[in-house]
Amino acid sequence: MKLEMKDQPGQLVAALKPISAVGGNIIAVIHQRETSTAAEALDVQIVLELPEGRLETLLELLREQGVSVVRIGEERLLYKCTLIMIGHLMHTDLSDTVDRIDRTGSAEVTELSLAMPAINAPSSARITIRSTTRTEMKKAIRILRGVAEQKKLLIIEPLEDA
Amino acid sequence: MMRIALLGFGSVGQGIARAILAKDLNITVTGLADSRSGITDPAGIDLAAALDRKGNGGPCGTPGVSPADVVAKAEYDVLVEVTPTNVETAEPALGHIRGALGRHKHVVTSNKGPIALAYPELRALAEANGVLLKYEATVCGAIPLIHAMQEGLAGNTISRLYGVFNGTCNYILTRMAEDSLTYEQALAEARELGYAEADPTYDVEGIDAAIKLVILANTLLDMQTTLDDVERTGITLLTPDALRLAEDLDCTIRLIGEIVPEAGVLRVSPRIVPKAHPLVVEGTLNAVTVEADLAGELTFIGKGAGSTETASAVIGDLLYIHDRYVQGS
Ligand SMILES: NC(=O)c1ccc[n+]([C@@H]2O[C@H](COP(=O)([O-])OP(=O)(O)OC[C@H]3O[C@@H](n4cnc5c(N)ncnc54)[C@H](OP(=O)(O)O)[C@@H]3O)[C@@H](O)[C@H]2O)c1
Repeated sequence: MKLEMKDQPGQLVAALKPISAVGGNIIAVIHQRETSTAAEALDVQIVLELPEGRLETLLELLREQGVSVVRIGEERLLYKCTLIMIGHLMHTDLSDTVDRIDRTGSAEVTELSLAMPAINAPSSARITIRSTTRTEMKKAIRILRGVAEQKKLLIIEPLEDA
Repeated sequence: MMRIALLGFGSVGQGIARAILAKDLNITVTGLADSRSGITDPAGIDLAAALDRKGNGGPCGTPGVSPADVVAKAEYDVLVEVTPTNVETAEPALGHIRGALGRHKHVVTSNKGPIALAYPELRALAEANGVLLKYEATVCGAIPLIHAMQEGLAGNTISRLYGVFNGTCNYILTRMAEDSLTYEQALAEARELGYAEADPTYDVEGIDAAIKLVILANTLLDMQTTLDDVERTGITLLTPDALRLAEDLDCTIRLIGEIVPEAGVLRVSPRIVPKAHPLVVEGTLNAVTVEADLAGELTFIGKGAGSTETASAVIGDLLYIHDRYVQGS
């Protein structure tokens, strides 16, 4: 996710402390000149990873520190999970299978490698899903399991979660 | 000297007999039975002769003497139940075990059926009769997993337990990955080497691994589960392509049994595992990782089957009982 705030003296430091306090992980700090605001004011964007359900606490802590968050930005696809599918992937409409994940809006298929089998033999594919949060990843995998059951595909999940 | 009655004189039973003959274990066999015969002798049965008879295709004892006769009449301290596993009824082992416990005899078994299906009842019966029921050999052959969890990790809370519980599947998957064999080719090879049964269903569909999870869940993790509670997918549909796709990521595929007690999850399924992971063992080996709150993560690796290896687990249980209960007798 992305937090945007005004870069007033001391604000950045005040903002970073609560992030680590709630177990967040800062990925990038970006300074940006915003055209719509006064020329002298800079916008700061902090890109960070946050454990599930900590956003409210973080915002509260930031308020206490006097940091004003202008905008809570669009979340990025931080979580990645690679699975293997086996079955009649083409006959069962592979693009529909992918689409069902993409349709969630918070998870998407970012890579797909398909091994072409002998005619009429089941095919195998490796599929990489990215999602905004761990919960969304679990949801995406649940969707995939459902599709697999319906289309009689075998899904091989990784040993460890995303 | 501890006296045992041995029910079942196949791979495991003969392994136990050979170990008793070869080593000074202070164990005498006073009762012995296979599917067709039985023999009792309070002074000790001649095991070498019994092995010879069996080796020549004969019965181990006297035709007409049944296992039930041995259970009920032989003079022994511990019944060793190593007859074939039945996952639906657990019989005839269940009856044998009840009979022995009822006679105030300890029981050691390698038979998964009775432990998976009737552990609470059998344990209560053992307690009521002041004897022990031990079953180390039911899970992962030679690996002393149950002992480790009951004794060494006694004060720990287990958050997750997962691993390779079936050597047959592990062999097939190892071969598919190594030489791009198809599932059918690898299975044929496993059969030729005696690693797979003529009907491999029980192994390749994950049933064997699932029963082991039920045993661990019910006897060590305070759960009350049955085979039906295990989400189960076997390895029969795996393709060499799938293994190659895993290989591209420096991973491979293994049949993994997993228990997450808090979430109530029991599942057996093929999983993508990094090749450097300690659970990626070769051939027929078994490997189990336990995540414990105090001890941290532990991984046990060893032979999950085999005549001598399984006998090792049975003998470990026997000597445990001997040290605590039969000393001086
Ligand atoms: N083999 C292993 O590596 C291993 C590892 C872990 C656990 N286990 C378990 O240990 C047990 C024994 O395995 P195993 O490999 O030794 O099996 P096995 O080689 O098939 O031997 C079974 C023995 O039981 C006898 N038997 C069959 N039905 C019987 C009955 N109704 N009453 C009395 N005896 C009977 C057989 O008699 P006959 O000789 O007359 O046929 C044979 O002697 C099984 O429950 C198995 O799941 C085995």
